[in-house]
Amino acid sequence: MIYQDSKVLLEVRELCATVNGITILKGINLTVKSGEIHAIMGTNGSGKSTFAKVIAGHADYEITGGTVDFEGKNLLDLAPEERARAGIFLGFQYPIEIPGVANNQFLRLAYNTAQIQRNKDELDPLEFDDLVREKMKLLEMNPDFLDRSVNENFSGGEKKRNEILQMSLLDPRIAILDETDSGLDIDALRIVANGVNQLANKGNATILVTHYQRMLNYIVPDYVHVMESGRIVKTGGKELALDLEKHGYDWVNVEQPTTAGT
Amino acid sequence: MSIVTSDSYLKSLLHGQSQLSMSPLERLNQLRANAVDRVSALRIPTKNDEEWRFTDISPLTKISFQPVRMASPLQSSSVEHFYLAETVTRLVFIDGVYAPNLSTQLSETSKDSNVVVSNLLAATSENLAAIEPHLGRHTDFQDNVFAALNTAFLHEGALIIVPRNVSVEMPVHLLFIATQKEVASHPRCLLIAEPSSTVTVLEDYVTLQEETYITNTVTEIVLADNATVNHVRIQRDSKQSFHMANCSVSLARASRYHSVSITLGARISRYNLNVQLKDEGAECAADGLALISNHQLADTHTCIDHTKPHCTSRQLHKCIIDDAAHAVFNGKIMVRPGAQLTNSTQSNRNLLLTSKARIDTKPQLEIFANDVKCAHGATVGQLDNEEIFYLRSRGLSEVTARNLLTYAFGAEIIDRIPIASLKFRLEQTVLEQTQKN
Ligand SMILES: Nc1ncnc2c1ncn2[C@@H]1O[C@H](COP(=O)(O)OP(=O)(O)O)[C@@H](O)[C@H]1O
Ligand SMILES: [Mg+2]
Repeated sequence: MIYQDSKVLLEVRELCATVNGITILKGINLTVKSGEIHAIMGTNGSGKSTFAKVIAGHADYEITGGTVDFEGKNLLDLAPEERARAGIFLGFQYPIEIPGVANNQFLRLAYNTAQIQRNKDELDPLEFDDLVREKMKLLEMNPDFLDRSVNENFSGGEKKRNEILQMSLLDPRIAILDETDSGLDIDALRIVANGVNQLANKGNATILVTHYQRMLNYIVPDYVHVMESGRIVKTGGKELALDLEKHGYDWVNVEQPTTAGT
Repeated sequence: MSIVTSDSYLKSLLHGQSQLSMSPLERLNQLRANAVDRVSALRIPTKNDEEWRFTDISPLTKISFQPVRMASPLQSSSVEHFYLAETVTRLVFIDGVYAPNLSTQLSETSKDSNVVVSNLLAATSENLAAIEPHLGRHTDFQDNVFAALNTAFLHEGALIIVPRNVSVEMPVHLLFIATQKEVASHPRCLLIAEPSSTVTVLEDYVTLQEETYITNTVTEIVLADNATVNHVRIQRDSKQSFHMANCSVSLARASRYHSVSITLGARISRYNLNVQLKDEGAECAADGLALISNHQLADTHTCIDHTKPHCTSRQLHKCIIDDAAHAVFNGKIMVRPGAQLTNSTQSNRNLLLTSKARIDTKPQLEIFANDVKCAHGATVGQLDNEEIFYLRSRGLSEVTARNLLTYAFGAEIIDRIPIASLKFRLEQTVLEQTQKN
């Protein structure tokens, strides 16, 4: 939701990035204030996941220009774990399978790291078990997933729910959810969207990356951005997603790149 | 070892052999005599021997070893931390010598079922008849100098006989404790699982001192029709020691052998595991983990031999190699002519934690039947960067992420140990050894 008095959480200016010497991001501008929900849409290969991973600090991507400020700090100076602790969360398009690491062990480690950051007490395995089971209920996840290895042999939808479960435990300031809707059937989509809506509040912000309007029926964005060839080429309200759905991405006027936010 | 010369170092290792008392089992005396002959004919292998290409054991020959002169009298209190929470049946050997005061008797219920867990030397005449067809018949020592040495000293040892249809609930713990330097011990185990019997055995090599000694073991395991054996082998000898081991397993029709072998100790270790699937429907699962550091060398040679149709084998061998340590894996899968419908998988995965760590891996498939399913592969690598990034993106530090992934790599094997208290303890060990800061 857009609040008049809310402060800027994320400020991206002219961000350029390369991978293996190939320029992918060619000057991204985006301003996200607390309370807001943004959607970034765009065709496959337009650079959405690259942008998300750059924000999370993936080492494969080299920043060749521009700035990213997060709550007034230079985000690009921080290691991935420092960004996570500062409140950046990336819901992966393809969550990684980690054989041999029990999901509950991983979730508790992550949760306790966040607790330390929040100056709160760490939870022992029993206390954590109670908490995580509660959170799993909201996402209608089977508790059996706690004893399995992280994401290993999870279905696409189960992996995405596991991402949202992590988000709910970490309680980030900004969540970038990269195609969290893909691979979800309609029931799972509703459950996941509900989870995301419940986590959204005046103090945080969400960036949904998707190329379908489908999820935006459940999570209503304040702004919709269209990404094309590594740039945000158009920004509008929630109705822009509907227009895109109707007319296709070709319809976007690529000649007038606009700046996001207010 | 084709060249036959007499080797003065080997002669020194035979010192004391002639003082062994005669056994009532004539076969045993004969075996020893034959073995002494073989030791005299063989020599210590070098890197010129194909089977020892990557493993230089010359440091061994710089030190002289003798059988223990005086076994240290040990109190239970100084070794009970090695005991398992689960087990009530335990045989303890100190520097190769049977320690009756630390060993336990079978519980009454197992006694009723005629299970034998005893010192080989104390075998009754009835046991001797059961032993005769097996002792020394599964581990060939003709061309294997360490097996020959062990057999030359064949005297005491662990004997387990599980009668037909008997299932032994609790694991049997064979505990070999080293206490003195420059001692050579030659532990010997014989496990006979009669038809449709089930047993779990832990062969456990430990030390009280970080000393230089040599442990040279031979284990023979025989599974009759439909028998099940879970064999856990933990080698946590002194990091100064040498550990040479031969284990031979023979599987009859529809029998099942599962082994987990963990290598943590020894300066130089060599484990030869030979499994023969001798009749239809036999199944073998062999899991292994070598977790080594500094200048340790851990060599594992396995051979899984499918001789008859419809047998299954699965093998996962992992190595975590730190510092300048060196692991060797040679895994042979043999599918003999006529062994149709063999189903065999083998995987060797190696994690190198430093640029000085080294692995030599050689999977070897020898297939002489046409209707078989065999898959094998070896990977050598560092930790996966995407996995590390995923963990860091959740707030875990890079060090924590690396430690967790390294631990998980080893824990996959530890998890397969069917003894809960041991599993827990080894998880702690792996955790300690994989945690850096
Ligand atoms: N690690 C990489 N190596 C090479 N090319 C990459 C890499 N990551 C992304 N790309 C390329 O960058 C472009 C944008 O990809 P991506 O950000 O995944 O797009 P989207 O998420 O919008 O589908 C694509 O052309 C893709 O092939
Ligand atoms: Mg993408």
